[in-house]
Amino acid sequence: MHEMGIAMQIIEIAVASIPADLKNAQVKRVNLKVGKLAAVVPESLHFCFQIAAQDTPLCDADLNIEEIPLKVRCTDCNVEWTAHEPVFVCRKCNGTSVEMLSGRELDITSIEVVDKDA
Amino acid sequence: MLAFMHKNQRYFHHKDFQKPHHSHGGGGGSVGSKNTDTREIKIVRKVLDVNDTIAYQNRKLFREKGVFVINVMSSPGSGKTAILVKTLSHITPKIRCAVIVGDICTSNDADRLAGFGAPVVQINTDAFGGDCHLAAHVIRTAAGNFNLDEIDLLIVENLGNLVCPAEFDMGENLRIVVLSVTEGEDKPLKYPLMFRVCDAALLNKIDLLPYLDYDRKAAVQNILKVNPQMPVFEISAKTEEGFDLWIEWLKQKRHKKT
Repeated sequence: MHEMGIAMQIIEIAVASIPADLKNAQVKRVNLKVGKLAAVVPESLHFCFQIAAQDTPLCDADLNIEEIPLKVRCTDCNVEWTAHEPVFVCRKCNGTSVEMLSGRELDITSIEVVDKDA
Repeated sequence: MLAFMHKNQRYFHHKDFQKPHHSHGGGGGSVGSKNTDTREIKIVRKVLDVNDTIAYQNRKLFREKGVFVINVMSSPGSGKTAILVKTLSHITPKIRCAVIVGDICTSNDADRLAGFGAPVVQINTDAFGGDCHLAAHVIRTAAGNFNLDEIDLLIVENLGNLVCPAEFDMGENLRIVVLSVTEGEDKPLKYPLMFRVCDAALLNKIDLLPYLDYDRKAAVQNILKVNPQMPVFEISAKTEEGFDLWIEWLKQKRHKKT
């Protein structure tokens, strides 16, 4: 439900990251990492991004979402695994002290830019 | 044009969903065919960086002022306001409280919370485009209405929503999730992030259990699957059953932090 706000933040960060030496920059792609446990619905984010990107240097940009799996580690026996369900109990020792190694990402990793005046 | 990302497909919930097409040719970038020199610019930045920065500042301010902050979240209608009304009646005036209430519309919840000796500020997010959560900048502005030197405990009642508020740090010390026995036992598995990021769960409306086919053990087990070390307090905001344990836990947590 908050995907529009996230789309606007993505555009703000992307625009601020365009190098100053590009006179007429156009962002072709935004590379984004989204963890499996992040509260983001990719369809909604794509939809909102298209609307929010209008009249910006990102108006023709693709939003490339890389899904990051939920990886966890038991701090008792150190076993690591990729969780396909949101169950944070150790599959080996039934330990309850399970930390998240990845899966909460909501990061921009890079943008791909062309200069239309080049 | 860049090809659509097939690997995204596995991420979509609806198999027949297709990413909407961008305009081809009409405006924008497809006109200049010589523009093939694409530069990749590394950024590596959290999308919610701005919110996290303000949350950090909030947390610093609250710590300096000795204010303990709790963020209460749940789906709509689980009884957040009723719980807070009863909680306030247990702890004020000995603990000096203030409340920030978030809703999309109306000041009904603030009206219910007034009269317990705690100042209440109502945030209506329709002014922010009908936001589905309270973010750090909203809390910063709302907290400006209080004299923080005269407050021990700031309670934030978030908007009824089990999804979005989980993503937004506000600078709080504790996150509390409320689940009521009129909801499904499997909610923790459906909204795992919320139950994962919270520090305690309140299972509310247990006075209704005799009238429901609710499996309270299954509900607690599901909470503990997602967050095995989470304290779960089974309470009724109507009869105040279970409130002693909840209030005692809250007081201890506040005492440890301040």
